[in-house]
Amino acid sequence: MNSTLLSNIFRFILLLAVQIVIFNNMTFLGFIMPLPYILFIILYPVNGNRSGLILASFALGFIMDVFLNSGGTHATACLVLAYIRPSIFKFSFGISYEYQTIKLNDVLTPERFSFILLSVVVHHFTLFLLEAFQISFFLDILIRALLSAVFTIISCIIIIYLIKPNKR
Amino acid sequence: MQQIFNFIFKNSNRLLFLLLLCISFLLTIQSHSYHRSKVISSANFLSGGVYQQINDVSEYLNLRTENEALALENARLKSILFNKKDTSYLKKMDSIVGIPADDILVSKVIHNSYNVHENYLTLNSGSNDGVKQDMGVVNNLGIVGIIDNTSPKFATVVSILNIKSQINAKIKKSNHFGSLVWNGKSTGFVQLIDVPRLASVRKGDTIVTGGQSVIFPENINIGTIHKIYIDNKTNYYTLDIKLFNDMTNLGHVYIIKSKNREELNNLEKRNTNE
Repeated sequence: MNSTLLSNIFRFILLLAVQIVIFNNMTFLGFIMPLPYILFIILYPVNGNRSGLILASFALGFIMDVFLNSGGTHATACLVLAYIRPSIFKFSFGISYEYQTIKLNDVLTPERFSFILLSVVVHHFTLFLLEAFQISFFLDILIRALLSAVFTIISCIIIIYLIKPNKR
Repeated sequence: MQQIFNFIFKNSNRLLFLLLLCISFLLTIQSHSYHRSKVISSANFLSGGVYQQINDVSEYLNLRTENEALALENARLKSILFNKKDTSYLKKMDSIVGIPADDILVSKVIHNSYNVHENYLTLNSGSNDGVKQDMGVVNNLGIVGIIDNTSPKFATVVSILNIKSQINAKIKKSNHFGSLVWNGKSTGFVQLIDVPRLASVRKGDTIVTGGQSVIFPENINIGTIHKIYIDNKTNYYTLDIKLFNDMTNLGHVYIIKSKNREELNNLEKRNTNE
C-alpha cells in the first residue's frame, strides 16, 4: 500500500518535470504538442482510491495551467478524464474489469491500446474545446485535438515501454 | 440529518468531482474574459524560477544567433551615430526614436508560447524593476505584446499572437488606422481589421503602431501587408500582415515605460466623470 502511494507521488513529479522541461518545448508544425503527463491518470492503479485520483488529477492539471498560462483548461480536462476513467475501463476491458488484475504498463494488447486511445482522445478534446472556447473554431479544435492525440499516444507508448518493470 | 450524511458519504466522489469541476471551470471562464488579471499565471515564484533555470541552459544553444542579432543592431546604431546629418535615414531605421533611454527596460523572454489561441510570454523582470500592467513590449524588429500580470521578479505578456489582443495600428505612408488582431491561424501573420475603403493599400506597405494608444509610442514597426481582403459584412478592408518579428524565436525585449500615461488616464477619467 505504502509503496504504491510512493510510486504514485514519484510518477506525478517525474511526469510533470518531463512534460515541462522536454515536451512543452516540442512542437510540431507550430501547434501540435504531445502531452504525455496524463499518463499519471492512465497508469493510476485500477482499484486505487478514487477521490485521491480526482484530487491528484486536479492538482496535476492546475500545475500545468500555472506553467502554460492556460487558465483552468488543463485542470478541467484532467478532472473529466479522471472521473470517467472507470467507464473507459468498462468499455475496453469488459464489465468485470474490477476483478481482473490489469497491469497497464506491460506489453501492448488491443485492450490496453484502446484504453489509452480513448483516454487521450477524451482529454484532448475537452482540453482544446475549452482552450478555444468558441464554437466557430470547431474544425480547428478537431484537427488540433486529433493530431496532438496521435503524438501523445506515441510518446505515451514510448514512455510505458521505457519504464516497464523488467521481468528477466 | 442522517440521510443527508448518508447521501454525502455515498456520493462523495461525485460531489468532489463537481466541486473541483466548478472551480476549474470558473478559472477557465475567468481566463477567457476580456478583463485582465488572471488568478493564476506563470508570473510567480515557482514557474518563473523553473523557466529561468530552463532558459539558463537553453541560452547556450542560441548564443550564435543572439550574437549575430546583436552585431547587426550594433552596426545599425553605429551607422546612426556616424551619419547623424542623414535624418531621413535615421527616421526610417530607428523605430523607438523619441523615447528617453531611461524609459526603456531591457528584459529577457524566459518562456514563449505560440501554439494555442491565447499565447502568453514570461519575462524575467517584474515589479521590482518597475514593470507594471499595460506597458508595451517591443524588440529591435517590432512589437511583441503588452504586459499582463507581474510578480516581484517575473511578468507575463499578452503576445500579439493572442486572439484577445487588440492594438491600434496604421499604414505608415497614409495614416489610415485600424485594429491589429490575430485570427489564431499562422504564427507569422496577424490581421489589421477595420481599415476604411478610402485608404489606398498595396501589397508590401509597412504597418506601424498608431498614435491612438497610450501603450505604444507611434511608429513602431509591425510588419508588411501580405494580402488584402474586403470584408463582406462591413465593407472595410481586412489586411494580412506579415510580421517583421519571428514570434517563435524571441530573446531580449524592451519594455516601454510611458510617463505620460497616468496623466492621460487621469484626464480621460475626469472627462467621463463630468
